Amino acid sequence: MSLYNVQKLMFQLNRDPAVRRRFDEEFESLLADYDLTEEEQIALRDPDIGLLYVMGVNGQILMHYAALRGFEWNAYMEAMREGERKYGPVRTGLYTRAAGR
Amino acid sequence: MSLVFAGVCSHAPGITGRKDRADPVVRDAFYAAYDRMRLALEAARPDVLVVVGAEHFANFFMNNMPAICVGMGEHYEGPIEDEAWLGIKHTRFPGAPALSMQLIQDVMQDIDLAYAQEWKFDHGIMVPLHFLTPRADLPIIPVNINCQGPPLIPLARCYEFGRALKRACDARPERIAVIGTGGISHWPATPDSGRINERDRASFLEKFLANRREDLIAYKDEETWREAGQGGLEIRTFIALAGAAEGHTGELWFYAPIPIFAVGCTVAVMNLQAGQKAA
Repeated sequence: MSLYNVQKLMFQLNRDPAVRRRFDEEFESLLADYDLTEEEQIALRDPDIGLLYVMGVNGQILMHYAALRGFEWNAYMEAMREGERKYGPVRTGLYTRAAGR
Repeated sequence: MSLVFAGVCSHAPGITGRKDRADPVVRDAFYAAYDRMRLALEAARPDVLVVVGAEHFANFFMNNMPAICVGMGEHYEGPIEDEAWLGIKHTRFPGAPALSMQLIQDVMQDIDLAYAQEWKFDHGIMVPLHFLTPRADLPIIPVNINCQGPPLIPLARCYEFGRALKRACDARPERIAVIGTGGISHWPATPDSGRINERDRASFLEKFLANRREDLIAYKDEETWREAGQGGLEIRTFIALAGAAEGHTGELWFYAPIPIFAVGCTVAVMNLQAGQKAA
């Protein structure tokens, strides 16, 4: 259920200017509105794009969060690879197969 | 009137967002195919364009995910993504709410639908429209088939949706064009981005162009996921389009893998007027 909340935050961040403003101005308060584990909060805060990928965040949501946090395309690809090296294969969701290639 | 145009094309964000990183010769040939599709669309003189897409959590999320949703808005806008990231400026498109309502009502005789009077386009619709309606003056009716957050609608129901859409269009006096937009085999937004299972891709396109319903709906999601990538689940948009063009074959106007675009770039048009019937 918690992964759902990570993705929901990103979904709302992507489409709602008010959430985007809070992201810029009161990041911690925004995080507190979602029921997130400590690991998820750290991954979002750092940001650790590789860990978010391994957690199972859908890539179609994650790629926008990566872009928002300044990862250009090649850096985003490398961050996911680094995540697999550091944390292992994708844990759950539609993207698990990608890690098992 | 009825459907006056039916075709499919790719929509990956890299097509516009990473255009400067692609081989210019292949990229420009792909862009030329989009332009050929635009000219064919314009020559069909449509009153409205129905875009059957596979959006990526721009409007729909796992809190309330419709299997199929049809737009019923006065207007639409996009992209939801950063303009610089996607390489497309923010644009407003006219809708066709009265026609939407009638089509939805009619399609619902056969297929349950959700509808939305508010809809922000992501790259899944913005990229095709960037090439096909660059003046943003053609009324749009967006359709989303959930291809991102399982459980997903069965393929046979996608074909049936296309059939129902065709029947609904046949009952209207307007000239209606429809496109499907999605990927075939690809692994977008993963470390395997750019990879394509060419054998799977070629096999699917052959079945699609021949409009062989039984072969198209025989695909299994588990197999597609494993062999053709999670992006392969977007074949739902092609299959819906095939249903709308049932009885007609298609013609491939362009196909080439462009790895930096993360997809096998495809443009194909169904021979609605030529009387080429599928077996």
